[in-house]
Amino acid sequence: MLELMQQIVNGLSLGAIYALIALGYTMVYGIIKLINFAHGDVMMVGAYVGFFSVSMLGTNIVVAMIFAMLACALLGVIIEKVAYKPLRRATRIAALITAIGVSLFLEYTTIFFLTPQQRIFPQGTFPVQDYSLAGISVSNKDIFIFISAILLMVILQFIVKNTKTGKAMRAVSEDKDAAVLMGINVDNTISVTFAIGSALAAAAGVMIGVYYNTINPLMGILPGLKAFVAAVLGGIGIIPGAMVGGFILGILETLVSGYGNSLYRDAVAFGILILILLIKPTGIFGKNTGEKV
Amino acid sequence: MMLLKINNLCKSFGGLSAVLNFNLEIRENELIGLIGPNGAGKTTVFNLITGVYKPDAGEIIFKGENIGGLPPYVICQKGIARTFQNIRLFNNLTVMENVKIALHKNVPYSLPAALFRLNSFYRGEKEIEEEAIRWLKLFNLDHRREEIASSLPYGEQRRLEIARALATHPTLLILDEPAAGMNPNETLELMELIRRLRDEFKLAILLIEHDMSLVMGVCERIYVLDYGQVIAEGKPEEIRNNKRVIEAYLGEEV
Amino acid sequence: MIMNVFANRWGKLGAEILILAFIFLFVQYFITVGVFNQYHQIIITSLCINIILAVSLNLINGFTGQLSLGHAGFMAVGAYVSVVLTKFMGMPFLVGLVGGCLAAAAAGFVIGVPTLRLKGDYLAIATLGFGEIIRVILQNIEYVGGPAGIVGIPKMTTWGWLFAGVVITIATIQNLINSSYGRAIISVREDEIASEVMGINITSYKVLAFVIGAFFAGLAGGLYAHYFYIIKPETFNFLKSFDVLVMVVLGGLGSTTGAVIAAAFITLLSAALQAFPAIRMIIYALILILLMIYRPQGLMGNKELSVKILGKIWSGKNDAA
Ligand SMILES: Nc1ncnc2c1ncn2[C@@H]1O[C@H](COP(=O)(O)OP(=O)(O)O)[C@@H](O)[C@H]1O
Ligand SMILES: [Mg+2]
Repeated sequence: MLELMQQIVNGLSLGAIYALIALGYTMVYGIIKLINFAHGDVMMVGAYVGFFSVSMLGTNIVVAMIFAMLACALLGVIIEKVAYKPLRRATRIAALITAIGVSLFLEYTTIFFLTPQQRIFPQGTFPVQDYSLAGISVSNKDIFIFISAILLMVILQFIVKNTKTGKAMRAVSEDKDAAVLMGINVDNTISVTFAIGSALAAAAGVMIGVYYNTINPLMGILPGLKAFVAAVLGGIGIIPGAMVGGFILGILETLVSGYGNSLYRDAVAFGILILILLIKPTGIFGKNTGEKV
Repeated sequence: MMLLKINNLCKSFGGLSAVLNFNLEIRENELIGLIGPNGAGKTTVFNLITGVYKPDAGEIIFKGENIGGLPPYVICQKGIARTFQNIRLFNNLTVMENVKIALHKNVPYSLPAALFRLNSFYRGEKEIEEEAIRWLKLFNLDHRREEIASSLPYGEQRRLEIARALATHPTLLILDEPAAGMNPNETLELMELIRRLRDEFKLAILLIEHDMSLVMGVCERIYVLDYGQVIAEGKPEEIRNNKRVIEAYLGEEV
Repeated sequence: MIMNVFANRWGKLGAEILILAFIFLFVQYFITVGVFNQYHQIIITSLCINIILAVSLNLINGFTGQLSLGHAGFMAVGAYVSVVLTKFMGMPFLVGLVGGCLAAAAAGFVIGVPTLRLKGDYLAIATLGFGEIIRVILQNIEYVGGPAGIVGIPKMTTWGWLFAGVVITIATIQNLINSSYGRAIISVREDEIASEVMGINITSYKVLAFVIGAFFAGLAGGLYAHYFYIIKPETFNFLKSFDVLVMVVLGGLGSTTGAVIAAAFITLLSAALQAFPAIRMIIYALILILLMIYRPQGLMGNKELSVKILGKIWSGKNDAA
């Protein structure tokens, strides 16, 4: 029992990271119906910005995270304007293929300029300490990740629920044409969505750097795909769904590698994906809609 | 003999009842009209009959068998073919290919014969080609054979869609607003064609149409639908003078 | 009239056989006399394997309109099963290859039946997931070497096998597409609802295309394994599937000649940029992005390059290609 609790606690920080990335997927999907395949790679860029901020500018990890978020917000907007905007009227397949292209582009330009080698955060960036609570041990690393992720999600909820921008975002994802008639600037709203989603991914990137201590140019692929699964699991396009999906996935994965075979850890996400798509493609919180003929 | 009998058919979307306790009977070789204001649920009835939507409740008895909820391709194979309100041709394919696809249902050769190009393949392709041409000639589209379907004028696209439906050899043909977008001349020709098809192929035809001259002119019986329910049924002249029908259409042209 | 059709048909077949025999002997001669050295032969091998992969993926993605991102998984199944049959069980190469193809086709069936109910981007991600699951499973089977894979595979793939593989793949898929079954498959891409209402069981045709596509991906895997000495699960990850996707998209979804040309182009490009793998991938990325923005139909659209069209281009009247 204690062992199970321990695994679940271990899964929480991983789940928080997945949840943050999943939020970006879900927001973008909600607003332009695109699986932004490059989202995981934006996260990778965020991790690198954080890394350089710590190692070259000597900032602490919180400042590094803020730098990463700002840089990636800008990157997200640029990607949207250059690659996705021209395709808004194209088929979804065309948009997905473009997103795959953007993903490869980010990965391999990073490799080209920064070499494929992994980098290790400098000693002492994050002095690790373990605490024990009622027999369950947690490290300050996990606490840091968990708390900052929750903080960011709360801020996001506030933006979406209470600000004008958030309302515009919801209106555009509900019905783009109606939003235009209501005088909402759809282009700006989409840009803001990309900026926010990418900033969250960047924060997650820095957290992954803290979590595993190393980063590399292809580090975004697997967490990206898994976060997408988390988004689908919760019901793609639904913000609370992404959070719940992220935590479920993180915990399940930790359980599988804790109790079963860690080599199968990466198959968990895809197994879940296929099950959910077959049983309830709209996800836990999704509603069913059919094509009108 | 009874060809199609629909009992208490229901379908709702979310909270909205699009079709409610709908009943209808069609005998072999009959020509029936289904009319009603916009949003009355006519197209939904067609989608239910052809399996595009699954009924919430009720029966659709075709040739003595309940076909409600079967997949569309099975229903087509049992002998029901349709056209769509917003034309759904295979837009990037040629006129000829559109008709040939409808003929696939009775493809005269096996898959291995196609892969290994056996003699039966060549014979079968020749049969398909000839039959497709026969259908195109009947609809006066023969000269358009190699043209891309979406490049045809609107009226011809509507005709091609009917030709394609007939090529599946149905016993019941259902047409969703076949005259929509046609000029009066084309509509007159269409009326002629519908009558001729019915006689020549021993078809029963069920059609939705807003053009009252067409409906009153060709249909033997008419059902009137409003808010998903049948509000009147009868011969054209009965419908013309029915109070409830006139009320339902108030504000719309009769 | 009938005589005429027959004369045409046999005449055409004869001409095709003649051209193929010429190509085969031409390359074989250069290999035998040593004009094509080891390096050239590797390029030729990659070219043939890529053509088989691209043409078979094009059947699924291009003609059937179902975006699959799991092609490398089927290639892996073909590679591993064929090696188990030849190296571990001592069967002849032909048996190994056919066994690999059938296993890949079976995998295609098992994966296709549940996933092909999904549409568009969901299908893409699900197939990608399945491809990765195949890879993870292979990593966990000790019998086939786990993550290290199998080393020391006898080299049995020759130019003759490669050439036969390419010809059979193209012929089978073209014969399928140019038949009533192929029209049914294309109608699924064009409009699923209209297709179904015309009596076509769309699910079974999607599965058919998927199974045939997987079969030939398996062939590519078997040929690959018996040329390059070593296979490991990592070789068949989703980046390999993306490679093939680039070829199909570049050639034009739904054009077999387009797939062949693009496979040739990408193979030569990769060979030229072998020393600069990052640049190669950046170019792939740019190809995907720029094509989707400026020419989403690819080089060929859904048209085929034929002698007739070539003739038209020659006389300057053409706007098709
Ligand atoms: N797939 C669907 N989802 C939601 N509502 C639908 C769907 N199909 C039809 N409806 C609704 O059902 C009602 C009847 O529509 P329809 O059958 O198309 O009417 P008609 O053909 O008589 O004009 C309309 O209110 C329409 O909006
Ligand atoms: Mg209608």
